[in-house]
Amino acid sequence: MPSDRTSCEVACSHCGLPVPTGLIQPEAPSFCCAACEQVYAIIGSLGLDRYYVLRERLPGTRRRAVRRGREYAEFDDTTFARLHVRSLPSGARRIELYLEGVHCAACIWLVERLPRVLPGVLDARLDLGRARAVIDWDPEQVSLSMIARQLDGLGYPSHPFRGRDAALAAERERRTLWIRLAISGACAGNVMLISFALYGGLFHGIEPEYHRLLRCAALLVSIPALWWGAGGFFRNAASALRRGRLHIDLPVSVGILAGFGHGAWSVLTGGGEIYLDSVTMLIFLLLAGRLLERGQQRKAAEAGELLHSLSPTRATLIDGDGERSVLIEALLPGMRIRVRGGELIPADGTVRAGEGELDRSLMTGESRPVRVSTGDRVEAGATHLSGALDVEVEEVGEKTRLGRLLQSMEEIARRRAPVVRLADRLAGVFVAAVLLAALLTAVIVGRDSPSGAIDRALALLIVTCPCALALATPLAVAAALGRAARLGILIRGGDVLERLCKPGTIWFDKTGTLTRGRMERIAWEGSAELERAVAAVEDQVAHPIAVAFRRAVPGVLPIVTGISALPGGGVSGMVEGTSIVIGAPGAVVEMVGADTDHPLCRAAMAHAAAGRTPVLIAWAGSLAGLAAFGDPIRSDARAVVERWRARGWRVGLLSGDAPDVARAVGTHLGIPIERCLGGVTPEGKLAHIQGETAAGISTVMVGDGVNDAAALAAATVGIAIEGGAAAALRAADAFVTGRRLGAVADLLEGAHRTIATIRIGLGFSLAYNAVGAALAMSGLLHPLVAAVLMPLSSLTVVTLSFRARTFDPPRADLEDEIDGIGAVRGEVLPCR
Amino acid sequence: MSVIYVLLPVALFLSTVALLAFIRAVRTGQFDDLDTPPWRILTDDDDALSQVQETRSSASQRSEPR
Repeated sequence: MPSDRTSCEVACSHCGLPVPTGLIQPEAPSFCCAACEQVYAIIGSLGLDRYYVLRERLPGTRRRAVRRGREYAEFDDTTFARLHVRSLPSGARRIELYLEGVHCAACIWLVERLPRVLPGVLDARLDLGRARAVIDWDPEQVSLSMIARQLDGLGYPSHPFRGRDAALAAERERRTLWIRLAISGACAGNVMLISFALYGGLFHGIEPEYHRLLRCAALLVSIPALWWGAGGFFRNAASALRRGRLHIDLPVSVGILAGFGHGAWSVLTGGGEIYLDSVTMLIFLLLAGRLLERGQQRKAAEAGELLHSLSPTRATLIDGDGERSVLIEALLPGMRIRVRGGELIPADGTVRAGEGELDRSLMTGESRPVRVSTGDRVEAGATHLSGALDVEVEEVGEKTRLGRLLQSMEEIARRRAPVVRLADRLAGVFVAAVLLAALLTAVIVGRDSPSGAIDRALALLIVTCPCALALATPLAVAAALGRAARLGILIRGGDVLERLCKPGTIWFDKTGTLTRGRMERIAWEGSAELERAVAAVEDQVAHPIAVAFRRAVPGVLPIVTGISALPGGGVSGMVEGTSIVIGAPGAVVEMVGADTDHPLCRAAMAHAAAGRTPVLIAWAGSLAGLAAFGDPIRSDARAVVERWRARGWRVGLLSGDAPDVARAVGTHLGIPIERCLGGVTPEGKLAHIQGETAAGISTVMVGDGVNDAAALAAATVGIAIEGGAAAALRAADAFVTGRRLGAVADLLEGAHRTIATIRIGLGFSLAYNAVGAALAMSGLLHPLVAAVLMPLSSLTVVTLSFRARTFDPPRADLEDEIDGIGAVRGEVLPCR
Repeated sequence: MSVIYVLLPVALFLSTVALLAFIRAVRTGQFDDLDTPPWRILTDDDDALSQVQETRSSASQRSEPR
């Protein structure tokens, strides 16, 4: 393992994360990476220093700055404008942008300062939870590309928001829920007031005329609550019944209808008691619970469409002799495109000219770069690392392998049947049971003393209140989701927690999940002087191996001249007058004509056999050094595996990387060898997970790449870890930000604690209601005492649910890879 | 007691007005983003106090908050 712990004494002047020792500047602002330094300078030059004051004062995550440094020329394109820009009646333009790098409340301030620093921007509004900004600007004064460049300079690379339709639909649904809540709330309040008058009348007498009036009014007012408020429940229940499925709204609907039917019948026939106050209150509380839960779910669920926002917007088309830049929507099969180093491949196709190296880890999970040349297939979603490739496009957009994978993910997510929650089942049964008990009491006691029967039935109806029952679960869930979010775990909904409590098999992806997902220098043989010379050369190269080497060697470096690329992979140059060759063993050996029996050569082959990438260095024409690179296992991986096992789960490894690498990692973590599966394609992962779930085994999949996306959706619970394809995976059941693997185990333990809290709340509520009902039926409870006791039960359950410590801040011994909320130490990764 | 024939409809009417006002607020998007506005209040206040930035970014035109 490389040493990546740095002292936490110096914090980056921009982002506040620790500065690697090599980059600490005495007596001056220090930065953890180049992007932070640039953003710091830009913020200072615009006079927006107040951002740092606010950042210290307001809570939020720490995150390294991101900068793309692009020109954003495509933002001025007419096609782009047609797709994403709206014209306002005033002549101004409006666009919705998805901003990368939004992480804390101070970001709101910084983004909304845009109109002051860039003339022509009329308004900027940031939605913090969704990282979406609405920008209004005057096209006469400023261009959209200038706005995007300014945002990029502030550390917020922007992308057009492409999932508008889905987002609009979700917004409409949310608004409808608010309106339903408002209607049922208003009705419940009024019915409650009318009922109070009726209860008062029962104690002190009421003229039959007013008695009838009030009961009719109560019935009338509760109709809108039933129609609009509970209408959604009925529709869901009916459509589920038609398809022969269970739905969470079925028992709820039955209970509500029974209560309302009974009330209506009583009013119309003039006999019996009405129970409409409790029915309307139940509708209101159920809706409030749904909204509470949704508020917490939103962040986790909504970003699914963001993958589209994060894929490249432009491609370079080769047209006749010239090149021109086109929008990605304009690409068609058969066209030729050119992909330069550092760019994403925009479509599936075949390489027609050029060669280079691809980082396919997003799709295949393979951590090592792959060389491609003429005739090789390339896939959308891979990153091209170096050189230029001419690619003939074969499939575009949703027809690419990447697109199909994401589609199958969405498909699976849609098909999954909802879990009928314990609390919802109980709430429905509850209403029916109480009505039956009240009826029994009235009938049995009524034979002896009619007035005593009314008192008892009334006390029963008042003391048995569904409030606690209907609210216990949503509150506990909302509180748990909120606490989890503060730990950087975004959970889709309460059912995820329920599903996590049934042990089964958990499958981990390897690259980026159990490992760090990027190259690190693992071994070095050679002198310190040579090390600095190599670092100086690698400093000029943008290859992941070069970056990893540069990262491992801090400090001032010698000057390099005459750098050129080796044909077989590598670079050569002159460092202070001495020639140096760095590259793949084969290329270097051929270049300097060394003996393959050289000890360094043999060591290089040993490293290669162990699944690492060796690099040989020739200094002044002879072999002098060796470095080996690999993807190191995260330090908390072992602890996480152990914590899941302690809860009765079987642990397995499902990797797209070579089988021997998968086995090596698995053995290191104590995963049985028969469950270390390597060389699995994304489709294979999906099939494997689907096979297990079909066999009735509860499966959890943990992954970070697009290659895991479909498997994540198919698993009983899919847990995504923030990585290369963060946006694509936000749709998973649980999403862990900040690359902290320990959170995966926190999630399991938090889920168990939450479910325990819910059970206690429900148990308490049921026990209270049972005791109260028994007392009321036996005539020991006066209706007035019952009315005082009712809110007490709600209060207890609500306090119990809300205060439960379901998701605690991480334990100190697991903190070493936190990159998030409240963390003192951060994972030290320079920006890419 | 017969005043209840007047008061009950009045009370229900008033709550209907309040309900309609709330529905209008929802329809105009006032409940769409509940996370950002609480923070915005905090940052806006600080901004009013710091006159320095105001002068430094004098060239830009201000838009009225919606």
